[in-house]
Amino acid sequence: MATKQTRSLARLMMAPSVILLLIWMIVPLAMTLWFSFQNYNLLNPGNVSFAGLFNYQFFYTDPAFFTSIRNTLVIVVGVLLITVIGGILLALLLDQPMFGQGIVRILVISPFFVMPPVAALVWKNMIMHPGYGVLADINRFLGLQPVDWFAQYPLFSIILIVAWQWLPFATLILLTALQSLDVEQKEAAEMDGANFLNRFWYLTLPHMARAITVVILIQTIFLLGIYAEILVTTNGGPGYATTNLPFLIYRTALLGYDVGGASAGGIIAVVLANIVAFFLMRAVGRNLDK
Amino acid sequence: MARAVTTRHKTIATIAAWAVALLIFFPIAYTIITSFKSETEAIAGFNLIPSGTLESYQAVQSQNDYFKPFMNSVIIAVGSTLLALLVAIPAAWSMAFSPTNRTKDVLMWMLSTKMMPAVAVLVPIYLIFRDTGLLDTRTGLTIMLMLINLPIVVWMLYTYFREIPGEILEAARMDGASLWNEIVHVLTPMAVPGIASTLLLNIILAWNEAFWTIRLTTANAAPLTAFIASFSSPQGLFWAKLSAASTLAIAPILVMGWFSQRQLVRGLTFGAVK
Repeated sequence: MATKQTRSLARLMMAPSVILLLIWMIVPLAMTLWFSFQNYNLLNPGNVSFAGLFNYQFFYTDPAFFTSIRNTLVIVVGVLLITVIGGILLALLLDQPMFGQGIVRILVISPFFVMPPVAALVWKNMIMHPGYGVLADINRFLGLQPVDWFAQYPLFSIILIVAWQWLPFATLILLTALQSLDVEQKEAAEMDGANFLNRFWYLTLPHMARAITVVILIQTIFLLGIYAEILVTTNGGPGYATTNLPFLIYRTALLGYDVGGASAGGIIAVVLANIVAFFLMRAVGRNLDK
Repeated sequence: MARAVTTRHKTIATIAAWAVALLIFFPIAYTIITSFKSETEAIAGFNLIPSGTLESYQAVQSQNDYFKPFMNSVIIAVGSTLLALLVAIPAAWSMAFSPTNRTKDVLMWMLSTKMMPAVAVLVPIYLIFRDTGLLDTRTGLTIMLMLINLPIVVWMLYTYFREIPGEILEAARMDGASLWNEIVHVLTPMAVPGIASTLLLNIILAWNEAFWTIRLTTANAAPLTAFIASFSSPQGLFWAKLSAASTLAIAPILVMGWFSQRQLVRGLTFGAVK
């Protein structure tokens, strides 16, 4: 239907976006790949040479590497468990008729709009600080010893903060999906004598399945890259206890000035993200066909 | 009987939901409360009623020059979003109204650029910025955030534009509307709500972006994310000051966010959940 003229006009209109994204995707990634095979240290920039797979080997044999991969996965899985299960429960609760639903929604969604450094520092100092935090106040009130969260349970503390940031996102999306559930279907199930658990298991959960998938995949993309929350709270420590892959790469690059090593780590991060991306694209792409 | 059960049900749901909501909101509320305390008050133990002093707000401005990072955040967030819209509107427009066989592939490819972990390109971007003098400049960060959010902007606009019925265009054409009239009187009014929602969500995303804004700035162009991150090393008594700075940093975005709940779902799930 489209004439030749409108088609070339359409192409022209798309060109700026496509060209910009093409450059953005190819140039830095190609540079990272190139650097990952070079001996290149910013402290000694005149002395660059081909390194073969040395950087990968260096990264691979670094004891921090496996710790960081493990921490990355623990953060992703831990936050996903809390936010998806919590999100389902919260969505079910918020879907009930109640007084002041609008305000409740606003309160619940709010943490998502708090920038990561603020979220992390507020939790670290106002809530979890062993001297002046609210949790310490509660412990003292109960006659217990205050807990030094970031020293005793560093990774758990990070997971808690990040889960607080992402729980609203999961809740909001699952609630949206829940509200599109056909009321008649629900009533029919009720009339047939299905109890709450049965209705949830056979009707609500399958209906939410796609939204749950989307939540998991989108959150995973962001959770693989958690950075600011670690930077302002534990700075990766104690030791390497809260160093995830992004943080290890940042340390190698900007604190160790090791361009080659950091680039090798970057390529590993790309591979990890691509595995996740593969599944996300399929889920979103399927929707496009509808 | 049925009515009584419903009321009881509603009361229980109300109490439970409010309890959970207040618990989730508590860290934000307590930060706002603490921002109106003095430093000695802030560490004096749990207390929900502040004295109402504004001294921490004054301290944040006078000691840390709060206004500068605030303006940097405004300029970078708004600038990068407007720039992205400028590039994305024509693209989304042509994909929505004259789609080809490849439109879907292009859209999916754009989305895939979003999957690249930022940290993987930290080194080259840092070196490029260093060598071109873009490090610690608002221009550099504006370009960076524009590129990061461009795929989401195109996607969001596309899902909105796609819902504008094509028949309306044909009807206008039948009535003898010129191309100009068609754009000004028919399409623009229908496209504005979608563009506004996209604008809002992307300002929020750009405002809260906390990897590039921290790594690519030092002092000059540092927006609020980097400014707040500088509080990570405690400077004596700083609880009330941290609260005041945090409150100022999140307040505008919190209000904008409340208005964009619906668009948020749509924008962040790329139209997969509506």
